[in-house]
Amino acid sequence: MSDMSYVRSEMLPERAPPASSVGIVGWARQNLFNGVGNSILTVLALILLWIVVSRLVPWFFSPTWNSASLNECREIVGTGHGHGGGGACWGVIRDRWQQLLFGFYPEAERWRTVLAFALLFVALIPVLFNMISRRMNWVLLLAVLGLAALYLGGALGIIVGLALIAAAGFVGFKALSTSKEDRAAEIEAGAKRLPNPLIFSAIFPFVAPWLLWGGSIWLPIGAALGFVVGYIAFRYLTPIVGSLAGLIIAVLATVIWWLVLTGGFASIMSSIIPIGLEPVESRNFGGFMLSITIGVVAIACSLPIGIVLALGRQSDLLIVKALCVGFIEFIRGVPLITLLFVASTLLNIFMPPGTNFDIILRVLIMVTLFAAAYMAEVIRGGLAALPTGQYEAADALGLDYWKAQRLIIMPQALKISIPGIVSTFIGVFKDTVLVSIIGLLDPLGLTNAIRADVAWNGLVWELYGFIAFMFFVFCFSMSRYSMYLERRLRTDHR
Amino acid sequence: MSSITLETHADRSKMEVSEEVAIEIRGMNKWYGAFHVLRDIDLTVYQGERIVIAGPSGSGKSTLIRCINRLEEHQEGQIIVDGTELTSDLKNVDKVRSEVGMVFQHFNLFPHLTILENCTLAPIWVRKTPRKEAEEIAMHFLEKVKIPEQAHKYPGMLSGGQQQRVAIARSLCMRPRIMLFDEPTSALDPEMIKEVLETMVELAEEGMTMLCVTHEMGFAKEVANRVIFMDAGQIVEQNEPNEFFNNPQNERTKLFLSQIL
Ligand SMILES: Nc1ncnc2c1ncn2[C@@H]1O[C@H](COP(=O)(O)OP(=O)(O)OP(=O)(O)O)[C@@H](O)[C@H]1O
Ligand SMILES: [Mg+2]
Repeated sequence: MSDMSYVRSEMLPERAPPASSVGIVGWARQNLFNGVGNSILTVLALILLWIVVSRLVPWFFSPTWNSASLNECREIVGTGHGHGGGGACWGVIRDRWQQLLFGFYPEAERWRTVLAFALLFVALIPVLFNMISRRMNWVLLLAVLGLAALYLGGALGIIVGLALIAAAGFVGFKALSTSKEDRAAEIEAGAKRLPNPLIFSAIFPFVAPWLLWGGSIWLPIGAALGFVVGYIAFRYLTPIVGSLAGLIIAVLATVIWWLVLTGGFASIMSSIIPIGLEPVESRNFGGFMLSITIGVVAIACSLPIGIVLALGRQSDLLIVKALCVGFIEFIRGVPLITLLFVASTLLNIFMPPGTNFDIILRVLIMVTLFAAAYMAEVIRGGLAALPTGQYEAADALGLDYWKAQRLIIMPQALKISIPGIVSTFIGVFKDTVLVSIIGLLDPLGLTNAIRADVAWNGLVWELYGFIAFMFFVFCFSMSRYSMYLERRLRTDHR
Repeated sequence: MSSITLETHADRSKMEVSEEVAIEIRGMNKWYGAFHVLRDIDLTVYQGERIVIAGPSGSGKSTLIRCINRLEEHQEGQIIVDGTELTSDLKNVDKVRSEVGMVFQHFNLFPHLTILENCTLAPIWVRKTPRKEAEEIAMHFLEKVKIPEQAHKYPGMLSGGQQQRVAIARSLCMRPRIMLFDEPTSALDPEMIKEVLETMVELAEEGMTMLCVTHEMGFAKEVANRVIFMDAGQIVEQNEPNEFFNNPQNERTKLFLSQIL
């Protein structure tokens, strides 16, 4: 047997890695040219990429922004291959972008949709992110409102607008000039905090429809009062009749308030103090504004409904379970288009004659229910992935069903389901274009109208390209947001 | 099996058993479907007792202690915990659960909450303790289990032994009068088993009523004042530890002890 003992006499110094394994060369070697097969594929892919890009780029960068018709475009770029000549005819976007965004919403009132959109972001920020401070949220809100007032103009508008912006500047300056630690110390010492910005997020659902549809301000206030009525009923009846009966009575009170009393309340109040916006009819809604309205409502409502359905599906109560399973399976078994047709035609047959049930409202309900059924299944997946130990630990600590759901189960189940939830959101948002089939003027529906114009007859790529781009921006942001959220909520050390 | 020796020798003189009944189980039977898991269980636990439950796998040890805070329902007989009988009345169940702490084999910490939040959650939401006070209580117990410096980490960042100690602290934050342990050390490495057992010894010395399913016979000898041996869903033998280990009576007990010692 040979001698197996070995003792190192000197330690090796550190050396730089060989040049072929680092830098661009190393990277290309590893990822593009490792082996004959991969090298061939890389070259082929590059050729293909070149062919596509070399045609697309000149087409895309065509100087037709100011042209007033397809013929003018042709004169500018010449008649090359393809129907639009050798370049895109962007004049159509310049001419019609407002229509693509707002449909036939009256021009003088379009600021309302823009304001609603801006406020949507202000309302969403405290819900979606936790990195922006309480005060900065109010700064944003004041600034948005101030800009809106300035836009409206008039002596009053300018005064109010400047005041709001000055307030925003003041609060913003104070917020930026005190560091986080100083602020924490101030609060500790009893400094007054601004109210939670979630208050505005709660008000927004009442403000937005009013901005979009207009009418008396007392209608949304009446609708909001419904919740107050319900809350008061719940608060003062629960000690008397028990929590379940209290809840049922509260819900009934709210519904009765909405159905019977809100109209009266609104008309009385508006005869006393008539404040309101020019009403805009649903058939004037269109373009991306319509898509976003439907998408946002469906997304915002489908999540809570989906949670309730998913919980109902797991319930021990037979009737609740049967109802939820039946609902989910029925909705998932039917194409969205069918539901939309039901919304546009059949629903009217069942309604008592003379009732005017807004078409957009009907579509909103259908799309929301559709999304909620899918959401329920996605969330059920998240629930199923939770170990039973979590339920047991919550039970053992004495948390009741709802507290356990709210504090332990749902936060984890929703976190697990984020990719699925966001996929459903994106799907729903894209499905909103289906409303063109029942005659609503979403962006795709509008392209037909635009092409019917003699000036732009026959344009396809530019319009669809623009619409695709807009959808991409929204969907891609949602997708990125979900990745951000997953990163933020990651609490394991992997 | 009994390879772990406890470093701290438990001071039995501190562990007093009172006359007051903590848990009373009478003629209790439980079935899983048609399978008769627990058969005619009679057991009285006095305030301050440390009971170790041993027995082969599948003998119903976990099921028994899970019945005590009604994670499982029993079908026959009575379970009275601290004067409250466990029935389908949710009020009673909630009352018992807030007085009985439980520690699980797999810790079951809430991974989306920090250690501190894990500990303050139940006091805040069940006991309605103000947050500040709940945090103080939580820090007190985290210091007791010797990991106050981990308070703001998440459970996923802790070792198994640390997680189990957090789980113990989490239960203690509810100020329970009775603690149930279901194999608290079986998912841990020897080094970590020791730190968890030491925490449990300390608890015992403070007079906590403890029911503990464990295979740590060292712990049983050192701390328990009674060992219960279960097999096939029945209590086969119970005795104080010295007698139990040195002079077992039942054949099954002898067989079991010969296998694990
Ligand atoms: N949810 C359940 N449904 C049906 N049978 C079950 C259920 N839980 C446990 N059992 C059965 O009941 C018996 C007792 O289970 P238990 O978990 O109480 O045993 P144990 O003594 O704790 O065993 P171990 O030492 O392996 O943990 C076992 O035979 C098991 O298969
Ligand atoms: Mg067990």
